[in-house]
Amino acid sequence: MKIHKYDTVIVGAGGAGMRAAIEATKRSRTAVLTKLYPTRSHTGAAQGGMAAALANVEEDNWEWHTFDTVKGGDYLVDQDAAEILAKEAIDSVLDLEKMGLPFNRTPNGTIDQRRFGGHSRNHGEAPVRRSCYAADRTGHMILQTLYQNCVKEGVEFFNEFYVLDQLITEEDGVKRSAGVVAYELATGEIHVFQAKAVIYASGGCGKFFKVTSNAHTLTGDGQAAVYRRGIPLEDMEFFQFHPTGIWRMGILLTEGARGEGGILRNKDGERFMEKYAPVMKDLASRDVVSRSIYTEIREGRGCGPEGDHVYLDLTHLPPEQLDAKLPDITEFARTYLGIEPYTDPIPIQPTAHYAMGGIPTNVQGEVLADNTTVVPGLYAAGEVACVSVHGANRLGTNSLLDINVFGKRAGIAAADYSQKADYVDLPDNPAEFVVSQIERLRTSTGNERVADLRRELQETMDANVMVFRTEQTIKTAVEKIAELRERYKNVAIQDKGKRFNTDLLEAIELGNLLDLAEVMAVSALARKESRGGHYREDYPNRDDVNFMRHTMAYREVGADGSETVRLDYKPVVQTRYQPMERKY
Amino acid sequence: MATPVMDKVEAESAASPYITVTFRVRRFNPEVSAEATWQDFQLEIDPKERVLDGLHKIKWDLDGTLTFRRSCAHGICGSDAMRINGKNRLACKTLIKDINPEKPITVEPIKGLTVLKDLVVDMEPFFQAYRDVMPFLITKDTNEPTRERLQSAEDRERFDDTTKCILCAACTSSCPVFWNDGQYFGPAAIVNAHRFIFDSRDEAGEQRLEILNDKDGVWRCRTTFNCTDACPRGIEVTKAIAEVKRALITRRY
Ligand SMILES: Cc1cc2nc3c(=O)[nH]c(=O)nc-3n(C[C@H](O)[C@H](O)[C@H](O)COP(=O)(O)OP(=O)(O)OC[C@H]3O[C@@H](n4cnc5c(N)ncnc54)[C@H](O)[C@@H]3O)c2cc1C
Ligand code: SF4
Ligand code: FES
Repeated sequence: MKIHKYDTVIVGAGGAGMRAAIEATKRSRTAVLTKLYPTRSHTGAAQGGMAAALANVEEDNWEWHTFDTVKGGDYLVDQDAAEILAKEAIDSVLDLEKMGLPFNRTPNGTIDQRRFGGHSRNHGEAPVRRSCYAADRTGHMILQTLYQNCVKEGVEFFNEFYVLDQLITEEDGVKRSAGVVAYELATGEIHVFQAKAVIYASGGCGKFFKVTSNAHTLTGDGQAAVYRRGIPLEDMEFFQFHPTGIWRMGILLTEGARGEGGILRNKDGERFMEKYAPVMKDLASRDVVSRSIYTEIREGRGCGPEGDHVYLDLTHLPPEQLDAKLPDITEFARTYLGIEPYTDPIPIQPTAHYAMGGIPTNVQGEVLADNTTVVPGLYAAGEVACVSVHGANRLGTNSLLDINVFGKRAGIAAADYSQKADYVDLPDNPAEFVVSQIERLRTSTGNERVADLRRELQETMDANVMVFRTEQTIKTAVEKIAELRERYKNVAIQDKGKRFNTDLLEAIELGNLLDLAEVMAVSALARKESRGGHYREDYPNRDDVNFMRHTMAYREVGADGSETVRLDYKPVVQTRYQPMERKY
Repeated sequence: MATPVMDKVEAESAASPYITVTFRVRRFNPEVSAEATWQDFQLEIDPKERVLDGLHKIKWDLDGTLTFRRSCAHGICGSDAMRINGKNRLACKTLIKDINPEKPITVEPIKGLTVLKDLVVDMEPFFQAYRDVMPFLITKDTNEPTRERLQSAEDRERFDDTTKCILCAACTSSCPVFWNDGQYFGPAAIVNAHRFIFDSRDEAGEQRLEILNDKDGVWRCRTTFNCTDACPRGIEVTKAIAEVKRALITRRY
């Protein structure tokens, strides 16, 4: 075991982690621990764009953006946070441009902007061009640009280090962050990082679904690490299903395709979104479009022999426009489906995409131990966190924005804190949990296999807690997850070595997914209403009287060692906007 | 839109899709043996699946010790460049049906970088060469502009191709010059230098050109085009290198 001491430790090197690192490195001695090489992070998969009311191509302002964000989130958004997001959007896009990001340009040389779902002029009048983009590889450009600037600033990275535990020391009844424990993939060595401030920026957890746009590595390690140490998770029942994933594979085809004029059609060739969202049509918010697609499929208007998908039609768009604005996604269709998007419509279905919920933070990125108390020295930003700027449904292009705005804020806040705070004592035997977890898996002689359990988990999640949910389907999922958690105790791995043991790490990642799936299902069961991404067929309406509140899920360990999820609730911050019915 | 009731993909998928293929994988684990060996695995797989899916089937159902890097599974993170049937490709962007599955499919680590275990190589020298070309925008502005810098659409287009790079190393590890001498910067580093040299906003082109003028720089390139063939992002790597060479000769860019 090795012990390291840093002022600030950042867990994750995606957009949020590197944006934080650029700030923290200037102000404090900082280490970035990441399980992937920074440029492998899933921020690089983002295609469509990053929202900011620059008003480069038409009238726009941050207040309209705030409104759209609040409405898009079905009013579960904390409005003070949404206002910060929309206001600071402008500078965060300009920051990236100054760092070198090659945005697409307008004829007069400014940053070009395009339409995206749910973003509107003057509180819903018509779609507005607010998304700043670099072809359909905006996330790739953000990730590259941030990495380039980390190289420039000399940020210290520990690549292929997996953070597996959060260290908390209680002093005078106050939980404080003492550091993290990490596992080095190359050698199997365990490292304890003592740090005055820790920032989680470890991304989402979409891999508990089967059809998903998320990478294999998005297994919610950060959420699981803090949850196990008594920190709550907020609004985990809210998961976004993006309307246009490649049929059966889940690979994303950006909403920018519809922003450029693409149309969704059912098997009769009908532009069905006109029925469900007369104004915004194909550009209504994602939860609305995903439900509409499944309604078409259920009512027998799906395409293909099994009627299990619909089409994204780009055939009426000029090939030059597709080549210039959507080169990557048209290539995905060619590579993975053998389809030529110039002439053929692309089969699509909704795909599990984005975790709105996560580790609760305030607008400085400080993590909350309950509804109000901050955990000194602990921060989170990006998809792992819940500020909450996305509420019950995130608008497209608001996450690349979130990681930049709140990544920067968390980086500054954490480094400022570590400049004035002292180290918190490490708990006795800090690596104990990780050592025993690894030993158990390495020496287990059980008869369960990681791949089987993961497959069963993904199948139950897709079948029971996806776009449509009911009491009964969620209960089925809860029971199945409990069974899988039991069987997980008997999981065994084949690779017993120390060097690059990805067999071992996949087993640990599965454990994290199981913990989070349980939190998600239990939170969803208790929310007896429909709001944003959480749609209950048995409670099809939003219920502001009983459920205009954030879910806070805590891990409870009984005297006999049994684990349960305890739910509590937190008020929503409302400032300017009164809840209204959401129409597009 | 024509409304095909059943299109090409769907028609094919109606019949039973599975075929039997052999994956012949180069194995190496110094914890077990100092020698690398070939191992054959037989799998049932839909030929429209990716080589990465085949590797996962092996790892998940047959042999958990098989080790490789991967993340996004659709060709954007650059984790899984490997030599498949003797050519550098991304395992997640290569469909079984496109690589002659009647014969054993060979899978080996990319060449020229030290193999650490199975298909995992040491990427550090590769990233070091990247960092050496100063891969970040350098400007001499004394005061930062308040708004964005202006750039015409044509100027933006000038370096579009080289902004696509995902640092997968398929190009560099297919280059015979790099195999023979790991000191050579390699095509990927030059591609990333190109991305800044031809960016109208950048003001350090001269410095970068000086770095690439080094004995381990662009002049080592012998224009074999392996890199261009290998690039999964379709970047015209050899052309980018030629443009850097030309800029060095004329020092006008
Ligand atoms: C296909 C796709 C397209 C998208 N398109 C858009 C878009 O157009 N616009 C938009 O606004 N949003 C988009 N999103 C959403 C957005 O891209 C993501 O929410 C965002 O990039 C997440 O960034 P992040 O920094 O929080 O996490 P990530 O980029 O996922 O980074 C996570 C980091 O954490 C590290 N990590 C994870 N676990 C550990 C561990 N245990 N120990 C150490 N390190 C760890 C990883 O190595 C990685 O570096 C898209 C998402 C997807 C999947
Ligand atoms: S130029 Fe192409 S092959 Fe080379 S590292 Fe970049 S993406 Fe990979
Ligand atoms: S797994 Fe990301 S490029 Fe292949």
